[in-house]
Amino acid sequence: MIRSDAPVLLEISDLCARVEDQPILKGVNLTIRAGEIHAVMGRNGSGKSTLSKVLAGHPAYTVTAGSVLYRGENLLELAPEQRARTGLFLGFQYPVEIPGVNNLEFLRVASNARRAEQGLDELDTFAFEDLVRERIGVVQMDPAFLERGLNEGFSGGEKKRNEILQMALLEPLVAILDETDSGLDIDALRIVAGGVNQLAGPDNATLLVTHYQRLLDLITPDYVHVMAAGRILRTGGKDLALELERDGYDWVDQELARLGAEPAEVG
Amino acid sequence: MPLLSVESQSPWLAELAGAPLPNRREEAWRFTDLALLRDLEPTVLPLADPLDGLPLPKGVSRLGPEEWVSYLDTGLLATGSGAAWPVGLNRAADPEVLALRITGEAAPLQLAWDVGSARGLAPLRVLLVLEPGSSLELLQVVKASGANCTSLITEVVLAKNACLNLGFLALGHEKASLMAHVAANQEPGSTLNCSTATAGWGLVRLEPRVMQRAGAAHTRLRGLQLVDGQQIADTHSFVAFGGAEGELDQVHKVVANGAGRSVFNGAVKVPQAAQQTNASQLSRSLLLSDRARVDTKPELEIVADDVKCAHGATVSRLQENELFYLQSRGIGADQAARLLLRGYCDEVLRDLPAMASAWQPLARLLGEGA
Repeated sequence: MIRSDAPVLLEISDLCARVEDQPILKGVNLTIRAGEIHAVMGRNGSGKSTLSKVLAGHPAYTVTAGSVLYRGENLLELAPEQRARTGLFLGFQYPVEIPGVNNLEFLRVASNARRAEQGLDELDTFAFEDLVRERIGVVQMDPAFLERGLNEGFSGGEKKRNEILQMALLEPLVAILDETDSGLDIDALRIVAGGVNQLAGPDNATLLVTHYQRLLDLITPDYVHVMAAGRILRTGGKDLALELERDGYDWVDQELARLGAEPAEVG
Repeated sequence: MPLLSVESQSPWLAELAGAPLPNRREEAWRFTDLALLRDLEPTVLPLADPLDGLPLPKGVSRLGPEEWVSYLDTGLLATGSGAAWPVGLNRAADPEVLALRITGEAAPLQLAWDVGSARGLAPLRVLLVLEPGSSLELLQVVKASGANCTSLITEVVLAKNACLNLGFLALGHEKASLMAHVAANQEPGSTLNCSTATAGWGLVRLEPRVMQRAGAAHTRLRGLQLVDGQQIADTHSFVAFGGAEGELDQVHKVVANGAGRSVFNGAVKVPQAAQQTNASQLSRSLLLSDRARVDTKPELEIVADDVKCAHGATVSRLQENELFYLQSRGIGADQAARLLLRGYCDEVLRDLPAMASAWQPLARLLGEGA
């Protein structure tokens, strides 16, 4: 939902980042307002996953230039946990398995960290279980998974459902979903997309990082951005995704070559 | 100062054991400094029988001396432990033998000793005879809080199809040391689950030793040892298969912090007769400090050719991607590290018998003020 008067939640300007000595992001510009759903598409290695990890504060990435304002404040100086507590959420492409850390207990600790930031009371074990059982319907997850180790032995689809369950509990203002569709069969994809649609509202925003159109058949983006070589090459509406599906990414190379000839125009 | 070190050889302990203290020129003691033993006060501490005055659980009965004498030492001899120095020390100190016979499906049993802060040597000896088809869940707990040494030998005789779930929780003190042997002789069809967890001791030497007399038995070993400060924890395990189709599933975990030192040596012997053995051994060590040290060594001796024997060893710090995952959910770095550490330990602790939960093992092992 595009409203030009909606508050800006995330403003990324000329963002450059590297991992080790390898520059990955080379001047990303993106503004996200409340109520909007954005999709970032691109080939492998285009930098789209890096963008999501940099926004969440992954320690392996170093920001070398540019800025990110989250609700008008400098996001980049916040520790990863502080970003999460103030409402930034990253749905992982590969959620890690942590045996021995009980899933339910993890969800409770995470929720309470967010609640404390919002000035809400912490939930005890019982109150939290009630909340989880209510929210678990969003992703139609079997409650048995709550009793397991965090993502321990979960299938790819179950891990992604667990990610969206966390999103449902944390009620983020900006949800970045990194390749949430990868590894999902069509039924799981429907459930996960349904969860995202339920959670999207006028006060929050969603950034979908994806490779394929098929997720966008189920979640309609307001904007589609095409990323290549560490920057956003083109921005359009949902039709741009259909165009990519039809024509592929070959035009990207020509575009990059043209930009390479005119480096002054970048950014 | 060579003169001093000769003088501090603790003639008392050496005399008692009838042999000089092991020294670091011996392969099995290469990494393990026994300084704490050398300073031990020359006293043998009497410890009360933990079952005194208590009704024995269903299926558990005491063996009289005329009965246990035929079993005593059989586990030690079967597992080649007879000549081990800590065994010699225990025998020489001549503790009362707590000898129990298990019949049928026994009710859970707990044996707990608190050596406290008394100075000296506290010898303990347990003999368990599990009759054919019997089963027992046993939790052993040893606590110490001063300059003493606990010497514990637990001998286990597992008849055909018997099943023992043995948990050993040892909570020590920086001045206290623990020398523990678990020597089990398994008949075919029997199952031994042995889970051990130690923390806080200045010195631990733990030797779980298992012989599957004729193979075809199940052995599951879980170990967790935590060291911090200047502590040393050393586990030397030994599993041998005397026949075909035996199974071993072993995981040994370490948390090394401060300037702590951890040693793991996992011997597995699969001779020609032990075809179709299925054995796996995994050693995992978590290094939480630059000053801590971990030595880990699998020692697989495999002669039989038709077997599955897997082993692996990892030494690592807390995983960055796991920490980041938790942080990205609003959990602070310190709490995230604590959660990961708890999870890491809990993988072993959850195998302890259910009654262990009353001791809050996780909180106590991690020193979380319990």
